[in-house]
Amino acid sequence: MKLPVTITINGRAYQREIEPRLLLVHFLRDMAGLTGTKIGCDTSQCGACTVLLDGVAMKSCTCLAAQADGASITTIEGLSADGQLAPIQEAFWAKHGLQCGFCTPGMVLATRALLETTPQPTPEQIRHALEGNMCRCTGYQNIVRSVQHAANMMGGRP
Amino acid sequence: MYAVDFDYYRAGSLADAQKLLGDHPGAKLLAGGHSLIPLMKLRLAAPPAVVDIGRVAELRGVTLSGAAVRIGALTTHTELAASADLGRAAPALAETAAQLGDPTVRNRGTIGGNIAHADPASDLPTVLVALDARINVVGPSGHRTIDAAKFFTGLMTTSLEENEIVTSIDVPVAQPGRGSAYVKFSHPASRYAVIGAAAAITLSGGTCSSVSVAIGGLVAHARRLPSVERALTDQAPSESVVAKAAAAVAADLGRDVSGDIFASAEYRTAVAPVYVKRALLAAAARASAR
Repeated sequence: MKLPVTITINGRAYQREIEPRLLLVHFLRDMAGLTGTKIGCDTSQCGACTVLLDGVAMKSCTCLAAQADGASITTIEGLSADGQLAPIQEAFWAKHGLQCGFCTPGMVLATRALLETTPQPTPEQIRHALEGNMCRCTGYQNIVRSVQHAANMMGGRP
Repeated sequence: MYAVDFDYYRAGSLADAQKLLGDHPGAKLLAGGHSLIPLMKLRLAAPPAVVDIGRVAELRGVTLSGAAVRIGALTTHTELAASADLGRAAPALAETAAQLGDPTVRNRGTIGGNIAHADPASDLPTVLVALDARINVVGPSGHRTIDAAKFFTGLMTTSLEENEIVTSIDVPVAQPGRGSAYVKFSHPASRYAVIGAAAAITLSGGTCSSVSVAIGGLVAHARRLPSVERALTDQAPSESVVAKAAAAVAADLGRDVSGDIFASAEYRTAVAPVYVKRALLAAAARASAR
């Protein structure tokens, strides 16, 4: 079976014919060519594939592309406008919230979802919000600082 | 990881979903996908067709109606955790949903999918069994309601018949004097329940007029613990009385406990009374505060 789907990614509509078993993360990487979203564990644990689906943070390795037909996806490529880093990206850079960077796109999008609902999170709220995102380099201290810095830079605005 | 190829159908309504299931033998229902998709990616499941009910709006949401709160099968764990009605009516259930998996999993996973999947290490079945929840289903022979304690029948096995769909879950509203709690021993990596214990206690005049307690994680499916319940009923829930009642869990579990590389059956059996005791004490403390 071939399915026609239209998925809007970072404001641009991608119309493709897919196999039903195609995962959203593969649609993003292989069919739309947006490889910023990473595949880590591929078992819905590590969060490297985190994107926003209609504004909600989710793991794109545990979603069929067919389920996202008609939806609006935000990936890491959609955060920076005109080559300017978004405040969350700037904050991760400034506070050394990454080493190898593999988990960073997922971390940044999970942070974006957190700051939408909780513009001034406590360190504990940050840690809970990032429970589904694993980093094997930093030990999380700098990631929490990065999120706090992003919240401060954004002045409590989502 | 790719699933074995399958055909995909999207249902626009509950009636549509029933028709699609009837038209495609062997089809599986897809809700949030957080149980089925991992199974299909591991090729532990390879259905020829998938019926996506994720957009059936009539199956979503929490509504309070008199003595029960009705939870639509497609309600996500995030929505359960955020529901003020559920927080008042069945706080143990809302709290359990709030700690399940991680935020991204809670945003997609649904209560109906969770219980239909019936993972023995899942949290919600244990809580639903302790709270005397009732599962509403619809199938080729009409509607029926199943007590949560009879819904879970084995390892990843339920009493759902062929082509039956879980539509909603009814949870009794906690009356004054009733408290409930869920405590678990989480696996340190997966956070699944190695042992999960849920209790609901009604106190009248300082003694337990009603006790219900359920356990999960270490047995094939969530189940009630009648020996523990009998031992605590009509007693004042002091720590020593509760500890003694919780010790009766051994009689209820018998030799049914299973172990794995992380925790042996002997270890789980030895630790189970500790978690049962904690759940009972927490439920009793809440009951006396209401």
